[in-house]
Amino acid sequence: MKRLLVYFKNFKKEAVLAPGFKLVEAVLELFVPIVMAGIIDNGIGNPDPESGKRYILLMGGVLVLLGLLGLAFSVTAQFFAARAAVGFSAKLRSALFKHIQSFDYATLDKVGTSTLLTRMTSDINQVQSGVNMSLRLFLRSPIIVFGAMIMAFTIDFKAALIFAIVIPVLSLVVFGIMIITKPMYKKVQDKLDRVLKTTRENLTGVRVLRAFNRQGKETDKFNELTKELMGAQVNVGKISSYLNPMTLVIVNLGIALILYVGAGRVDSGILLKGEVVALINYMSQILVELVKLANLIVNISKSLASAERVADALEVTPDDWQIAGSVPENESKRISKTNEQDTEIVLEARHLSFSYGGGGDEALTDINMVIKKGETIGIIGGTGSGKSTLVNVLSNFYAATGGEVLLKGKDIREYDQNKIREIFGIVPQKAVLFKGTVESNLRFGKKDATDEEMWQALTDAQIKDIILEKGGLSAPVSQEGKNFSGGQRQRLTIARALVKNSEILILDDSASALDFVTEKNLRTAIYNSRAGKITIIISQRASSIRHADHILVLNDGDMEMYGTHDELLKKSSVYRDIYYSQYPEEKEVAL
Amino acid sequence: MKNSIVKRIFVYIKNYRLLVLLSLILAAITVALSLYIPILTGDGVDMLIGKGNVDFKGLFGKIFVIISCVILMALCQWLMSHLNNRITFGVVKDIREDIFEKIQKLPIRYIDSKAYGDIVNRVISDVDTFADGLLMGFTQFFTGVLTIVGTLVFMLVTNVPIALVVVCITPVSFLVAKFISGRTFSLFKEQSVIKAKQTALTEEVISNEKVVKCFSKENDFIEKFEDINENLKQVSAKAIFYSSLTNPCTRFVNSLVYAGVGIFGALLAISGGISVGRLSCFLSYANQYTKPFNEISGVITELQNALACAGRIFEILDEKSEIPDDAGALSLSKVEGYVELKDVNFHYLEDKPLIEHLNLNVKPGMRVAIVGPTGCGKTTLINLLMRFYDVCEGRVSVDGHDIRNVTRHSLRDNFGMVLQETWLQEGTIRDNIRMGRPEATDEEVVDAAKKSHAHSFIRRLPKGYDTVIGEDGGALSQGQKQLLCIARIMLSLPPMLILDEATSSIDTMTEQRIQNAFKLMMEGRTSFIVAHRLSTIRESDVIIVMRDGHIVEQGNHDELLSKKGFYAQMYNSQYSQI
Repeated sequence: MKRLLVYFKNFKKEAVLAPGFKLVEAVLELFVPIVMAGIIDNGIGNPDPESGKRYILLMGGVLVLLGLLGLAFSVTAQFFAARAAVGFSAKLRSALFKHIQSFDYATLDKVGTSTLLTRMTSDINQVQSGVNMSLRLFLRSPIIVFGAMIMAFTIDFKAALIFAIVIPVLSLVVFGIMIITKPMYKKVQDKLDRVLKTTRENLTGVRVLRAFNRQGKETDKFNELTKELMGAQVNVGKISSYLNPMTLVIVNLGIALILYVGAGRVDSGILLKGEVVALINYMSQILVELVKLANLIVNISKSLASAERVADALEVTPDDWQIAGSVPENESKRISKTNEQDTEIVLEARHLSFSYGGGGDEALTDINMVIKKGETIGIIGGTGSGKSTLVNVLSNFYAATGGEVLLKGKDIREYDQNKIREIFGIVPQKAVLFKGTVESNLRFGKKDATDEEMWQALTDAQIKDIILEKGGLSAPVSQEGKNFSGGQRQRLTIARALVKNSEILILDDSASALDFVTEKNLRTAIYNSRAGKITIIISQRASSIRHADHILVLNDGDMEMYGTHDELLKKSSVYRDIYYSQYPEEKEVAL
Repeated sequence: MKNSIVKRIFVYIKNYRLLVLLSLILAAITVALSLYIPILTGDGVDMLIGKGNVDFKGLFGKIFVIISCVILMALCQWLMSHLNNRITFGVVKDIREDIFEKIQKLPIRYIDSKAYGDIVNRVISDVDTFADGLLMGFTQFFTGVLTIVGTLVFMLVTNVPIALVVVCITPVSFLVAKFISGRTFSLFKEQSVIKAKQTALTEEVISNEKVVKCFSKENDFIEKFEDINENLKQVSAKAIFYSSLTNPCTRFVNSLVYAGVGIFGALLAISGGISVGRLSCFLSYANQYTKPFNEISGVITELQNALACAGRIFEILDEKSEIPDDAGALSLSKVEGYVELKDVNFHYLEDKPLIEHLNLNVKPGMRVAIVGPTGCGKTTLINLLMRFYDVCEGRVSVDGHDIRNVTRHSLRDNFGMVLQETWLQEGTIRDNIRMGRPEATDEEVVDAAKKSHAHSFIRRLPKGYDTVIGEDGGALSQGQKQLLCIARIMLSLPPMLILDEATSSIDTMTEQRIQNAFKLMMEGRTSFIVAHRLSTIRESDVIIVMRDGHIVEQGNHDELLSKKGFYAQMYNSQYSQI
């Protein structure tokens, strides 16, 4: 929680005023028993009934006035508390959202999206209600509790000592239970997470699970999990159930003690009857507050846990070497720029190597390639050979761990990120669209694209007819483009990249869901529309890349060879294997 | 509608009726004691008459009774909250298990049509809200009503005029609370709409963060987010403020009651109509009496909320289950592998026919390839074969038995399926491979992995076959996941196979080796293969070319090529030049 305090910065005033007004209200409330004591001792006990009555009415008026003032102060307090809590969480939400936007690929991999999502949503909501509650109620309780004690001391020192004993004991109970249950609540949360996960799993995997007739086993597993959850809940419930009865006993023992001590003091004439009533009232006030507090404690503990999770997310920073866009001082001078004059060379990899965070083998080792203006480049290789990793490093989504990438003769890490994003257009493997319209999606890469440009891109991407059928550019796209089929989504993401018409276009196995006829037409259209620009195609299909100017063959992260189709067919055994596995007829001819 | 929901809720509580009864009795005792203790205290106060006039003996007796009552009350309170926990969490568990069991029986059509998040929400948060609201609400309601009634009775018995003062003022707090909650309801509704919008945006952006970065759209989305966030802030601040007015307002009414009792009581006391002890007791009642009113108004909203959640829960439980297997349904055992589709019609949506008059006859051991452009109905055909969906007209039969007359369990046992959409379960690699045959030995698992060429990458994982993979395969690549799915089938070796783009994410080299393994495996097994890579299906006995839900061509590779039709066109596109 401490780590999040900075987000209160703009709400200092509210965060101070809210409990401040609460404090005044609580103090007003503390006067009530004293006024009542006055009524009993000076009103009822007055030897002259007439002046007694007058006194009672006067004090009654004071009670009403105290109530009115209390109302005014607490309404003001609620106002500031709501403002502070909401403002704080809005700030926090916005900060976390922005922070996540700044994550690079490696960080995203490491953290994972689902946990970021829960932190953005339910955790922050929990924190908000926690802050609101704390400002309104949590601070009120100690004020009332200690205020009651102070008031007791003003009445009678000896009797007030009972308060001084009761309050520490109560605090011990309240905080003790809080401390014991906090980790238990976390356990409950973890178990609940597992129940959630299993439910989800049974929905996403419904086909496979039913195909293997696993319904019974899954049900058993689920029932086991809910049983565990219930066990954990009952366990923590057992402990927190002690809270109210224990405070009840302690406070009432206090009251009994007050009666006992008070009896002696009244007998010796030190205390009046009304004062004993006031002391008892103060003790009861403490009880009422603590019962309220007990109901809050569960909430507050949950909020604290959530606050921790949010603070953790806010503290995630990319590992140093992974910060794309920064070059270590000594390294920048070391870079030789021999090819600077050769303006034809746009992108170059030199002894490029890369490994993902968390150790493990290198995913790419010593990659060297030169890409010139207007070229089409193919990248081919087996499953897990590092094709996608390579383009992600080439486009600086991951920073190289060894060697360098030169963009127009300059280390790519020296470029501004936005400049790089402008130069590169990427169609990722996972075809993702965003909620909106076809148009809003197509304008992703180029805000001011004309209708003509968009239609051209749709035509090239072989999806014009479908879009026409769906209602043209203004056709709605639902979240993640779920109203389009996989193949349609792929083609739309290609169209999106084509609208951007960037200097370098990377197609990361982005036609895998298309049938061969469509893919062939698509390839031809892209080839024609991208004359003079660089296109990098990753594919497992030899047919998709065989006509490229250069083909890079990857094998387990190593560069097997970089050359033309004909060269590779002659010299690269990996390429030959791949090619002939897809064109067995030609193999027969070649042999 | 509401009544029937309440009735069904009682069905769940029925199992706990003894506990509920006990809890209610304890609640009654607690309330009675909590009303009795102030009387005792008041009596105690009355024994302190003044200087030198204190009835010590009587006071000690009272103190002893007070302490005994308090201890008894604490015990009851503890036991009651313990029982309530048992009931609440028990009901939660029962309902969750029922929904989960229901999910296992829901038709796939239903699951396909719903957002997963929606169903998960019902299982998790709706059930929680329901149980909290209903059971906690119920006990609060019960104790609240008891307290009110008890206090009223006592007050009326002791002193009618003061009691009337309390009775007249208190309901005001109830009205105030009601007035405020009515006002805030619309604000909360507005808030939840905006919140939902924000959550949707957050989900969309964060789960596709990498694409957002590709297009440098971070700032655009931040802007959008800020807009919604600002909007949310305004509305939430209002909603929270107005709703938090309830407490101060009702507290004000409380203090009015307190002042009223104080004034009237004191005036009465002067004329000797009431003792000071009784007055102090009245004062503590004045505090206690208004509290349940506030609680009850809160409880009503909570109960309404709980009912709404219960409605959503029962909605799932009421969903039609898959048509259960006939009592006399056949259990397929030794399947030969005759598969026949006769005049099959099928649609997902009433007005959009997909498959029409499809006929297909497959003999045992035949290898059937299904090809065609995206969306032509290939995957649907598999849904029908596995009986994930039932045909709308016509019939599918295996070994001459209409599959609707066969138990689903035995039908699916006889089919092995590898889908393009790989799906793995959280657990170890070994357990995932063993899914179809949990009793397989470790050697058999390794053997199957070797056959599917997954062994070498599994061996390199940190804990080999015991490596735990996360939800849906976690860090494994798409290709690796596919290899595991294939290993699963290689282990269970069912008599019929369905391979839907089973090797689409695997490189062609490995694919070819797997194909060889498949070939061995398919020997004597009826198999259905869907593939984009036509090279992988050339050796099939029959190739079915589908287009728009119809079979347009049918024959083996050579026949179809010589036809120079749609198939030939697709096939040749692999060899065409740019």
